[in-house]
Amino acid sequence: MKPAPFEYHAPRSVEEAVAVLAEVGHDGKVLAGGQSLIPILNMRLASPGHLIDINHVTGLDDIEITSDSVRVGALVRHSGLERSDSTHAALPLLRQAVVNVAHPAIRNRGTTVGSIAHADAAGEMPAVLALCDGTVEVVGPHGIREVGWQHFFLGALETVLAPDELAVATRFNRMPPGTGTAFAESARRSGDYALAGVAVRVTVSDGVVSAAAASFVSVTDVPSVLDLTPALGGRELADAGFGSALDQAAEAVREHVAPETDIHASADYRRMLVAELTRRALPIAISRSNAAFVHESAVATVSSRTNAAFEGLGGGRR
Amino acid sequence: MNEMLHEVTLTVNGVRRTASVPARRLLSDFLRHDLTLTGTHVGCEHGVCGACTVLVGDEPVRSCLMFAVSAQGLEVTTVEGLGLRPDARDCATGQSMNPVQQAFTECHGLQCGFCTPGLLTTVTAYLDDHLDPTSDEAREAISGNLCRCTGYQNIVKSVLRAAEIKAERRAPDAAEPGEPHPGPVAAEGVPS
Amino acid sequence: MSTRLFGAPIKRKEDPRLVTGGGRYLDDLGHGALAAAFVRSPHAHARVVDIDADDAFELDGVLGIYAHDDLPGKVGEPLPLLIPHPALTHGRTGYALARDEVNHVGEPVVMVVATDRYVAEDACQRIRVRYEPLPVVVGIETARDGAARVHSDVPGNVAAHLTQVVGDVDAALASAPHTLTLELDIERSASTPLEGRGVYARWDDERDELRMYSSTQTSTGVRAAVAAKLDLPLAKVECIAPDVGGGFGVKIMHPWPEEVLVPWAARRLGHPVKWTEDRREHFVAAAHERGQLHTVTVGFDDDGHLLGLDVKFWHDNGAYTPYGIIVPIITSTQLLGPYKPGAYRVKFWSLYTNTVLVTPYRGAGRPQGCFAMERTMDAIADRLGLDRAEVRARNFILPSEMPYDHGLLFQDGRPLRYDSGDFPATLSKLKALVGWDDFATERAAATAQGRKIGLGIGCYVEGTGVGPYEGSHVQVETSGRVNVSIGLTSQGQGHETVFAQIVADELGVRMEDVFVTTGDTRKMGYAVGTFASRAAVMSGSAVALAARQVRAKALRIAADALEVSADDLEIVDGTVQVKGAPSASMTLGTVSVLSNPLRYAFDEAAQAATQFAGTFDPDRPPVAAGDEPGLEGKDFYSPTQATFANGMHAAIVETDPVTAEIRILRYCVVHDCGPMINPLIVEGQVHGGVAQGVGGALYERMVYDESGQLLNASFMDFLMPYASEVPTIETDHLETPSPLNPLGIKGAGEAGCIPVSAVIASAIEDAEGFAITRMPISPSELWGLRRRYAAGEITPLRRASPRSEPADRAEEPTP
Repeated sequence: MKPAPFEYHAPRSVEEAVAVLAEVGHDGKVLAGGQSLIPILNMRLASPGHLIDINHVTGLDDIEITSDSVRVGALVRHSGLERSDSTHAALPLLRQAVVNVAHPAIRNRGTTVGSIAHADAAGEMPAVLALCDGTVEVVGPHGIREVGWQHFFLGALETVLAPDELAVATRFNRMPPGTGTAFAESARRSGDYALAGVAVRVTVSDGVVSAAAASFVSVTDVPSVLDLTPALGGRELADAGFGSALDQAAEAVREHVAPETDIHASADYRRMLVAELTRRALPIAISRSNAAFVHESAVATVSSRTNAAFEGLGGGRR
Repeated sequence: MNEMLHEVTLTVNGVRRTASVPARRLLSDFLRHDLTLTGTHVGCEHGVCGACTVLVGDEPVRSCLMFAVSAQGLEVTTVEGLGLRPDARDCATGQSMNPVQQAFTECHGLQCGFCTPGLLTTVTAYLDDHLDPTSDEAREAISGNLCRCTGYQNIVKSVLRAAEIKAERRAPDAAEPGEPHPGPVAAEGVPS
Repeated sequence: MSTRLFGAPIKRKEDPRLVTGGGRYLDDLGHGALAAAFVRSPHAHARVVDIDADDAFELDGVLGIYAHDDLPGKVGEPLPLLIPHPALTHGRTGYALARDEVNHVGEPVVMVVATDRYVAEDACQRIRVRYEPLPVVVGIETARDGAARVHSDVPGNVAAHLTQVVGDVDAALASAPHTLTLELDIERSASTPLEGRGVYARWDDERDELRMYSSTQTSTGVRAAVAAKLDLPLAKVECIAPDVGGGFGVKIMHPWPEEVLVPWAARRLGHPVKWTEDRREHFVAAAHERGQLHTVTVGFDDDGHLLGLDVKFWHDNGAYTPYGIIVPIITSTQLLGPYKPGAYRVKFWSLYTNTVLVTPYRGAGRPQGCFAMERTMDAIADRLGLDRAEVRARNFILPSEMPYDHGLLFQDGRPLRYDSGDFPATLSKLKALVGWDDFATERAAATAQGRKIGLGIGCYVEGTGVGPYEGSHVQVETSGRVNVSIGLTSQGQGHETVFAQIVADELGVRMEDVFVTTGDTRKMGYAVGTFASRAAVMSGSAVALAARQVRAKALRIAADALEVSADDLEIVDGTVQVKGAPSASMTLGTVSVLSNPLRYAFDEAAQAATQFAGTFDPDRPPVAAGDEPGLEGKDFYSPTQATFANGMHAAIVETDPVTAEIRILRYCVVHDCGPMINPLIVEGQVHGGVAQGVGGALYERMVYDESGQLLNASFMDFLMPYASEVPTIETDHLETPSPLNPLGIKGAGEAGCIPVSAVIASAIEDAEGFAITRMPISPSELWGLRRRYAAGEITPLRRASPRSEPADRAEEPTP
């Protein structure tokens, strides 16, 4: 399992990188963290003629936090995102999700932008980008453009990135006040690609849900956001009927997703699983929205869970 | 067709090493075959088993998922270099061992020894950041490394024991860093 | 006297070397050797029509490209059928490189030798092989159906059919008050050591000798097989097993195609050649095991006593049968576990499929047999409304009935006769450990919280330490260093430590003075190999016997020199001394000096040993008639039969009421392998076995599609458990000695994995309220079963009816 030969380029600037990409066209591949790419190369499932290693490009390893967004440069490693306390304070969903990406040694090398550009349906970070209504900053021969997440993903492992374009950053929008988030996934083994996963956000004001949404891992071929406000909006957390609102939300998820059967789980199972994960994640998100009280009918099932996929609730992944 | 060679220079276990290799040479192969540091093992070459884990800077990284050229100028620590760290001490059979290596020998934390180098580097880095892990945390810390022999029970014990040894060696009355410790290093071959 | 080392939890001698990067595994050797790589069949069944390697030859660094046509003489003949058996009427083996036909994906077709592995793989990629696809047989049902054939001359794909009968089963079943018939399946898995296979060979042109290294469980076996294949005198071939990164059975197979081809190429090219198997190759080109379908019919009385047991099973042996039918023979005999079956009839069919060949994997047919038997025991208990442990206890062979002869032939062709064991004691220890009698309370508490938990149990007996023999050579140098050689190999079982413990005790020397060499045919030419939990029993006994010879000789020489009776001497910490008067003494090193009259003095010790030194007697030859120079001894241990270890496991499992995720809350093991040489190492073996068992129960399977492609040939999709998937393992031990060998020991290597699928199935079934009949099981599959159960397609367990209603939301079928 050794990669086929390739020509190696180590540009020092974005412009240089883009110039090389333009020159080699479809025969080139960008190497950032390489944690998805190199296994593919080692197995010779791909043999690009040129590898453009952007690890020496300057200015791509910053996390910029503004009042509206968190901008993550193309050389920020998953572990960098995970460890950044200011990022966590600005947008907790990032850490909640990124700790589910593979194992620490992979996160030390793999990049968040790379994972998004790889566009694997089983990737956690594309789903997070979607839920944050984020964008991808792309530089090409004609300059810079910012692509909204809805337009960025074309299919599994397929994006709008042209061969001569480089994703230099992604921008995750911060949540409105009163919003809590949670990420939950279930994998066969710790660190494996999830059978199903979900990122949720719930905005609460005065004990009433004003907005809620979810995005998904491994159960849709491209990231998609499901608005759960119809199920949860206007519902009072303290109301005994809140549990049934959660059931409605789970039902909406069940109808929304389009999972496939593979050797690890059936499509039906994944559909059930992602609905249940959503149902369990929502109360956690609500509890993080600074809302005081959720009716016990809503959280009853959380105590009976056996999977340990919830970050931040003892038994989590970190 | 002659493949182009790149001169790669990096610091391995504190020593500057240079070799000319094709761009596709994996860091694992570079260490093992170009520098003949065969302590780093290769178990899957797709980043899942963790046997090839080395430290790049202070961080564990899969050396099978990195090209040697990408490591240009970086500092790499392999299992052969763990005994050079300040908290390493000479053991009864003469090898210098850091607390993690010592703990693995005390707790029967290895059987065939093939996955062990990746675990030693992983745990060494982990304990630098987590001084006093619980058993559950220790288990979590090694959950990215496959072992087919031990069932992990004694590896978890080794992590906990390593934290203890580390603390002992940090204690104020301990020898200066880097100095061989004459102290209670249990001899191999003695009932424990 | 120094402390007895046998039985002490001694730290391993291997470890300081292995934790500091000092291990030398196969791929660590042969720096500068040429690298081999293989073009392997992408088809499960096809005719090889044409091979075009022109493009590959153009690559710089390619030194050789070989197909079957290039292989001369015996190298090109079929590989040997290692273990023939009269029932194996249609044994078939492959070629080192496929001749006309390939029978599984991964079968080697072309070998490339190049300057390094990268270039060798480049060349492989450029070689174009044209295949003509043939009908593919995958899965036992398809093989059994027989419409398509793996080998055109093997009707019904049946490699072997064997029946063993004790008593009149039909009559026993006909008159039994109760009968049950169960269909019980286990899927394919594999040993999957972290280090794959590997071969490194050097041809010495000046001496016409081959030195080869293989990551093998039998260096003597490889040596003999390769010498035969390459037509070399045995004396011109040496094989060494270096540090081996795990075996678990797969490395006992030999000779692998690569073990023949790499030495052949090294000789032909006049340059060392090395092949290191990569992970993908290991999945498709090594060996698998476990896949079997079983039908069990059992007759029993109102108290749950077995009256008759009728077992039929179908074993998937893959594409070829080089290792014979060892696995199904073991299933057919070891299925019986600790029980008296009443009348017993077992029939099996060993079937060809177009998949990777099957050779023993840790447990070797026992996990399947145990699963069949233990599921049957649970079913009997459920039918009668009896406690599951109680039904087992009622069928136990009792200590007073030992030795117990089942009237069957075991894997070694010898009677299946249990030598010892105290099954009631093992069971009561297990019940205490897991809290068997308190579980109802625990379950009630969990149920009140909306949780589903279940308790499972599994018992097994394992024949260990099968013959024919192992040997040992023990030698004391003049420095006092003790060299111990054994022929069998080590893959992490701590042989350097445990055999040193035995020698240190037997000889009276310090542990740190004993050095054990394993698996090197230069040091010990006669050996069988490391498998069947036999190393401790076989080599341990041989080591003890050889050390006793050395001790006797040392005492004789020292008695002579000290002018006392040998009976008055003892050896303490390497010094021979007069009992009660330790000042009259000499070191074993000195005894070694005295044992060897030298011609030449090259150091002080040698000076003391020259033929002119010491008690020079012109009337006696320097070496007495019948004596040998040197303080050394060699002996072999060859038992009349295997010795039988046993154990019982219990687990408490929780299943998520909605998502059907499965978590093992507790896992308890009681194990009896006789006196333990080193409890640290025995426990380590048990732990590792249980972890592999957990893999087999919940995670690992080989998923072939209909065309014979292995869909999960990577560590990404073949789900070997990480630490996060393996529960804490609680252990307790019994030490019932074997009467068969000098140390009373029994094997421990495989035990841990044997009952795990049975135990986990038992616990899940107990939590769910319906039968679990096929393992491994994933959450998705369990959830699927729940849906079928809710739809009334699966009958509930009798004991389960009101308690285990599926949770509300799990009942709803999804749209």
